[in-house]
Amino acid sequence: MLAFLKRLWTTIRRPSVHYSLGFLTLGGFVMGIIFWGGFNTALELTNTETFCTGCHEMRDNVFAELKTTIHYTNRSGVRATCPDCHVPHDWTDKIARKMQASKEVWGKIFGTINTREKFLEHRLELAQHEWARLKANNSLECRNCHSSDSMDITRQSARAAEAHERFLFTGEQTCIDCHKGIAHRLPDMSQSAWHEEKPEDMMGNATAFLAARDRMPN
Amino acid sequence: MKRFAISLIAAASLLVAAAAAEDNISTLRETTPLAENATPHPMPKPVNTDIRQVRNYPEQPPLIPHTIEGYQIDMNSNKCLTCHSRTAVEVSQAPMISITHFMNRENQFLASVTPRRYFCNQCHVPQTDARPLVENDFVDVDSVIDYVKAKEGAN
Repeated sequence: MLAFLKRLWTTIRRPSVHYSLGFLTLGGFVMGIIFWGGFNTALELTNTETFCTGCHEMRDNVFAELKTTIHYTNRSGVRATCPDCHVPHDWTDKIARKMQASKEVWGKIFGTINTREKFLEHRLELAQHEWARLKANNSLECRNCHSSDSMDITRQSARAAEAHERFLFTGEQTCIDCHKGIAHRLPDMSQSAWHEEKPEDMMGNATAFLAARDRMPN
Repeated sequence: MKRFAISLIAAASLLVAAAAAEDNISTLRETTPLAENATPHPMPKPVNTDIRQVRNYPEQPPLIPHTIEGYQIDMNSNKCLTCHSRTAVEVSQAPMISITHFMNRENQFLASVTPRRYFCNQCHVPQTDARPLVENDFVDVDSVIDYVKAKEGAN
């Protein structure tokens, strides 16, 4: 192995015998363009709704649900596709997310959610991943379209205006805190509190309380 | 001859009455023939004023003064309760569901919403700006009381 690496290293650092410097630099440049272009084209191809709904797991579950919501049909005809909300738009973040998505390829190959029942079983976990991601990046994918600077709350209903003024503009909460289930059906929310509180914590509080009560002399 | 004339007149008047009734009957189909589809009326807009409406009688489930389009109410989640539940009202400042919603059929209070009261829009409905199809001559109970009092006073 070491001998092979040594041989490879000597080959690489030896000047070229047959090819001219111009050929090597220009060839490298052209090949670089082809490689980079191809890479980005392939990346963009995986970033389309057609690609996402190419698998029945997405088409029959989450995409079918999206179709009934305002992010699919609405009065102005502007709509969000899968990657608009689920893939970051900046290049580095996008690559990071794409690397994470290799886990999803694994899931596809081994059929983790290949039936409706399996999907429903995993729905809470999958939703929690997305909520955690959006919570961590301050609902960046929402804000790519819905900017709070451009939001005219005088055009909103009184209730919406008040809620946005109290929670959004103060930065107290982020979009996903209140707008869970805006584009897909919700998982069993009794196992996941609407606001951040984890079921374990709640159980912990209850257990601590009951234990303290038991310790008290009657 | 006389009997024949009477039956003829009777038959004719029946026909006229039937024709007149046909013209006067107003159904949801209006005058569109059965075999054709009527052009639907534009969808009425939901009332979204957030202003609580008067209850026409004390037991009336309060109307929902806002749009509830796309609200999920099923085994997994109840969107209404994210604002109207006991624990949520401090944050949302929405009216809390009444204590009756915690009572089971034996009138025992449970710790959370009883299953028979869980599906909000079985009783609570939003309103639209649609014109009523038929005139409503409902009289508020207060008016009834006033009417009865006035009548008793007169007697």
